[in-house]
Amino acid sequence: MEKHKLPIKTFLAKFFVNHELQDNEDIFALGFVNSLFAMQLVLFIEQEFSIAIENEDLDFENFKTINAIAGLVERKQVLLART
Amino acid sequence: MKIELTLEQKDNQAAFRDFVDREIIPDADRFDLEESIPPELIQKLGREGYLGALLPKEFGGKGLDAIAIGLLNEEVGRGCSSLRSLLTVHGMVAQTLLKWGSKSQQKYWLPRLASGRVIAAFGLSEPNIGSDAKSVETTATSDGSFYVLNGQKKWITFGQIADVFLIFAQCEGKPSAFLVESDRPGLSIQPISGMLGVKASMLAQLSLNECQIPQENLVGRVGFGVSHIAATALDYGRYSVACGCVGIAQACLEACTRYANQRKQFGVYLKDHQLIQQMVTEIIINLKAARLLCYQAGYLKHIGDPRAILETSIAKYFASKTATQAASDAVQIHGANGCSSEYSVQRYLRDAKIMEIIEGSNQIQQVTIANYHFGF
Ligand SMILES: Cc1cc2nc3c(=O)[nH]c(=O)nc-3n(C[C@H](O)[C@H](O)[C@H](O)COP(=O)(O)OP(=O)(O)OC[C@H]3O[C@@H](n4cnc5c(N)ncnc54)[C@H](O)[C@@H]3O)c2cc1C
Repeated sequence: MEKHKLPIKTFLAKFFVNHELQDNEDIFALGFVNSLFAMQLVLFIEQEFSIAIENEDLDFENFKTINAIAGLVERKQVLLART
Repeated sequence: MKIELTLEQKDNQAAFRDFVDREIIPDADRFDLEESIPPELIQKLGREGYLGALLPKEFGGKGLDAIAIGLLNEEVGRGCSSLRSLLTVHGMVAQTLLKWGSKSQQKYWLPRLASGRVIAAFGLSEPNIGSDAKSVETTATSDGSFYVLNGQKKWITFGQIADVFLIFAQCEGKPSAFLVESDRPGLSIQPISGMLGVKASMLAQLSLNECQIPQENLVGRVGFGVSHIAATALDYGRYSVACGCVGIAQACLEACTRYANQRKQFGVYLKDHQLIQQMVTEIIINLKAARLLCYQAGYLKHIGDPRAILETSIAKYFASKTATQAASDAVQIHGANGCSSEYSVQRYLRDAKIMEIIEGSNQIQQVTIANYHFGF
């Protein structure tokens, strides 16, 4: 999971230019998120980690923090490896 | 780096162009005047696979890549923006269900959308809500086995003939998306006429009055209606509109080239007047730039790059401005003829103006682009 964090941080840093995001900081609570950002985050996760974000992944808990995103990626990759 | 269409894309482009020249252009001014598109033409679009252009073959779609989809929208837009609007809204719903639909929604709806047996429309805007989409006033309340929808939707493209609507409503106080079939009791549909442009896009106002839909008609999850569901639809919509605008500008260029070659004033053809040449060169240059922005957005979509979202917004902004300016200049070059219904350029101008307002107005695109540039 740790190894996923760096690319996630690098991606988010392009948006959060005036704020250093902590691993456990709630992105949505910061009130920054717009729809352009939300879909770019989905595309980024899909392209970077070669997984598909689907209907059942739509849970704000999955996208809330750097840790949460890394956890989602980890779970999806494990699932993918099994199939 | 290589900016060139593949052979397959070129073949598709030629087929689209031929279809538009044959089936659409001869009647497009009449569609505009009559404010409707004949059902037979929509069936033909379906038979050609154009209504399922973006859907994978496994769902009966044509499985075209993003660039080819752009070319289809450009060509149809060159002929008739109203009909291109059908590709836009129908495609927005198809794209959304492909990305966020449940397995059973996909299995049921996608083959029907792909063939055109079912026409889909997009219901976000309301009498009081346009740009600020997350504030829609329509509500959806769950009574355990059903959602009950109440509210109004306005300016719904092809709402007069759609079989199913993707409707956005507040559920538990959060924006959410639902599929509402047109024959659901509690849904009434009133046609809207007399718009400035895209007059044949058969707009409607929808009234939802205690309209009951099953729980499984929720698309995605409660609360994701705008951030993910509408965002997916609108991203496709912006791409479709941007490419359609390239088509309008191309139509303007072709009309001006024809007219400037046959109309004489002061003893010479219009094409020999340098001020006419100046307007035509502006159209050529902006058209090329807009097309390249669309190709770039299409390419990024094709490879699933997150930058595709912003680049599509940029392409839509630039292409819609280009189309409006090109159409305004085209009317200028045509003089009084350009103002008459005998020439299509007046339609292009009316249609192009609409493109600066829909799928996020140009001000909203500017806000988006600036937000991205300066960051949070
Ligand atoms: C022909 C046509 C077809 C349409 N089809 C559909 C459809 O199929 N489905 C659907 O849901 N909707 C549809 N619409 C509605 C369309 O999406 C809206 O018109 C659009 O979102 C703009 O909303 P509005 O018209 O309410 O303008 P408003 O949001 O009220 O905006 C009015 C003006 O204020 C500007 N403005 C708003 N907010 C800001 C801001 N933050 N900063 C600066 N300027 C701002 C806008 O750019 C605009 O110039 C259609 C509209 C038309 C004209």
